[in-house]
Amino acid sequence: MCRIGAIKSLDYVHPSIALKLMQSQQEGHDNSGFAMVMQNLGGIFEPYKQLPTLSMACTDDGIKIAENILHESGFRRIVQWSPQVNDWPGLDISAMPHYVFETFNYPNAYENLGKKKKQKLLLDTRLRLREALEDNEEGFVYSFWPDVITLKEIGDPHDIGTYFNLWEVDDRFTAKVITAQCRQNTNYDIVRYAAHPFHLQGYTILANGENTFYLKNKEFQQGLHRGYIGFESDSQCFLYTLHYVHRQLGWPLRYYKHVITPLPFNQIEDRKDKKQLLAIRQSLSHLELNGPNTIIGMLPDNTLFTCCDAKKLRPVVIGHDDRMVVISSEICGINEVLPDRDWETDIYPNERETVAINDELEVQRWKQ
Amino acid sequence: METITVNNVTANDLPWKIIYDASRCTMCGSCVATCSFRAIKMTVERRRMVFSEGDFPDPKSRFSAVPVISQVDSIRDYCRGCGMCEKVCPNDAIRPERNPDTRHPIITRCLGGDSIKRGGRKNLEGSIRTLDSIRVGRISQMTDPSLDAQRHTFDLLAPFGRILPPGELPFTPNQDKELVSNDTTPPVNWIYPVIIGDMSIGALSWRMWEAMAMATAYLNEECGLPVRMSSGEGGVPRRLLRSKYLKYTILQIASGHFGWNRIATSMPDMIEDPAGIMIKIGQGAKPGDGGLLQAGKVAAHIQAIRGVPKTDLLSPPNHQGLYSIEESVQKMFLSMNAAFKFRVPVAIKVAASATSVSVFNNLVRDPYNIVGGFFLDGIDGGTGAAHEVSLDHTGHPIASKLRDCYLAAVSQGRQGQIPLWAAGGLGKTGDLAADAFKMICLGANGVFSGKLILQMAGCVGNDMGRCNACNTGLCPVGITTQESPLVHRLDPEKVAQNIVNYFLAMDQEFKKLMAPIGNSSLPVGRSDALISTDQAIAERLQIQHVC
Ligand code: SF4
Ligand code: SF4
Repeated sequence: MCRIGAIKSLDYVHPSIALKLMQSQQEGHDNSGFAMVMQNLGGIFEPYKQLPTLSMACTDDGIKIAENILHESGFRRIVQWSPQVNDWPGLDISAMPHYVFETFNYPNAYENLGKKKKQKLLLDTRLRLREALEDNEEGFVYSFWPDVITLKEIGDPHDIGTYFNLWEVDDRFTAKVITAQCRQNTNYDIVRYAAHPFHLQGYTILANGENTFYLKNKEFQQGLHRGYIGFESDSQCFLYTLHYVHRQLGWPLRYYKHVITPLPFNQIEDRKDKKQLLAIRQSLSHLELNGPNTIIGMLPDNTLFTCCDAKKLRPVVIGHDDRMVVISSEICGINEVLPDRDWETDIYPNERETVAINDELEVQRWKQ
Repeated sequence: METITVNNVTANDLPWKIIYDASRCTMCGSCVATCSFRAIKMTVERRRMVFSEGDFPDPKSRFSAVPVISQVDSIRDYCRGCGMCEKVCPNDAIRPERNPDTRHPIITRCLGGDSIKRGGRKNLEGSIRTLDSIRVGRISQMTDPSLDAQRHTFDLLAPFGRILPPGELPFTPNQDKELVSNDTTPPVNWIYPVIIGDMSIGALSWRMWEAMAMATAYLNEECGLPVRMSSGEGGVPRRLLRSKYLKYTILQIASGHFGWNRIATSMPDMIEDPAGIMIKIGQGAKPGDGGLLQAGKVAAHIQAIRGVPKTDLLSPPNHQGLYSIEESVQKMFLSMNAAFKFRVPVAIKVAASATSVSVFNNLVRDPYNIVGGFFLDGIDGGTGAAHEVSLDHTGHPIASKLRDCYLAAVSQGRQGQIPLWAAGGLGKTGDLAADAFKMICLGANGVFSGKLILQMAGCVGNDMGRCNACNTGLCPVGITTQESPLVHRLDPEKVAQNIVNYFLAMDQEFKKLMAPIGNSSLPVGRSDALISTDQAIAERLQIQHVC
């Protein structure tokens, strides 16, 4: 089973906190991997919040291929951060030869273009890179987006932390939002892309569960947007649905829940917004989810949120103090990170709730 | 000795032989009175009896005239194997037996010079049914727990009506971050995924039709199952048109346009909208053949409802008078939509065919979003009357065609926009929940069933040639007849009760199928939940092959 967690803080925090959050839940997951997405970056990336950062793991050849493509597209590198790896014998990690975290200037032609055009370019470039590196698994491109870093690796989360020197706290590599997950996809083949969090154009999702409407979701999503690809994991569908509902349709976040776990028909009948809810249920029935799930998501504006399946078959808890909110599959994770918080204010969201945390750390609870 | 006239029809030429035991028969006459086909008669036989009267054996013989029951040797009044005589005989003295050496298909044509007509279903035995080689094989357990059929709630509903692609929904968020609607959307009704199939009030006895209408109302009002019934072509009694129960009825319009006058003139008196309109283009049991109601069944009330004299009523095989089927359908849709002011969804019913996908594509790509349902009717369904050659030799099985249509929608990203409803031999083994569920996993939103409903009512016909005399107007159980004494054999309340109970059982069974795959709403298109032991079927339907 998998465990998920997320931290949203007023101050920049180091990924070691995310490791700690997940480490305490290790009896619940199977120690087969570690993956995280950091957003609202601090440290060396802080000055470049408007510029895209590439997160990639690759071989020697992979680096060359990627650099050629980026160069050809006119991207100009500004900062590069390669983790100091501790390649000690005995560590349980299937490491790739290179980990690339680089921030770029947009190509000249794009400097003065609008946000939409730039975002399209970033997606197109990431898809191009991904495709180019696919043969012989020369590399894995996890994200290419402003103010976002993704790290994924196969192995024991503790050892992965050691390998990337993530246990040692510093202020060079930090973020105000970190989402993390500790399990490789053990349902299907082990593929690096299959580990969540997944990221697409500023949207991040991680999920603990099983999406039994995977095939329905996938068949529908494939035709909706060129960025909806891969489908290495059934949880990716939740990301694409979020992206579709919030970005493509432009609907407020609270409607995400109405799409993935629509209210039963008899409850819709009694609602004032019956017309909208029915239409959503009808037109987006192929994006509904079934099966046990807890979802944690992050929006481009750094909003962090969580919600569950309609029967709440997977746990999640939210703890917070004045400066930090932590979402976790298990309470022990929160106890580790926020031992002194007032645990009476912990939130156990119900099956019809979406809990969202904005940049002021305001916790909002919406009943579906 | 009589001269043999080999061309005379005799019992051994007929599809059923009557096995009669004179020694058990008390001559009560029940069987003869019961046989609606007049296939047996009372007659007298000359019998030789050997007897001995003294103290010592002294056999003598005597001839006497004995009254007996015997089979009528006629290609018109022949035994249909319905078994009513056997049912009523108090002494087990009589029963029909299938005659494997029947010459009926040949002599009927030779003597009649006309194509054979009958009702019922296809008679040629097929191979193993496709759906029987498929199982629900994806069982939730461990990380993905199955649900509890008793404890959890399930949303067992299917749409009837045109569904807009999400991008076309007229919703925009307001300041409070709520979606507000700024235009109308096509009407959609969410109904039970099994529709009581379209059988006309002319084909059925009024008692049967009323029993179905009663069962439908009861299922809705008392059991909370929003089951809908399609009227079939031929109109609806005015009483129903003016009642609140009209909302449970889908009105059908077919190529004969029978009964539409009455529906149109009743519109000002309607207090409810009908559940939907179904435009029938074709029927799976006899594709290419129009409706056929033989004069014998055109009773007075049918004449009134349809506004016709007592004569054979033939619906043309196509909607006539227009340039193309698309145009014809378009025009009908527009007039139907206009008639009910766009409040009632309008769907189309076609016979499954090698070309169904292109018909479906035409409709799903139509930019005006007019078609609110694609009812695809495969072979193996039943009909009131048809030419035997159509029944036995034309048509297309439903499973692969439904799947093709669904996958065609998927490849265009249009799945769900026109709800797919499937029929044709579903529930043939008596288990409609399983068949319907598998069809839903293959991409159907729901199914419709007619023949099985008749079987719930007591129809004794089957696809091995038993009965299937629905066209004659002599239905032995009072279902497809307008003859008053026969109609009175049917107890409408009992029939309604059977239908209601069957639906309640089926509802339980649906949940029993949803629970193990862990779904609380219908798994439309979840072909990953299905497996097949037959490789060819698995490949064709794109599901997992298992062995
Ligand atoms: S089986 Fe039916 S048709 Fe045949 S003799 Fe008996 S009652 Fe008549
Ligand atoms: S019992 Fe009636 S409905 Fe059934 S096959 Fe015979 S004639 Fe048709």
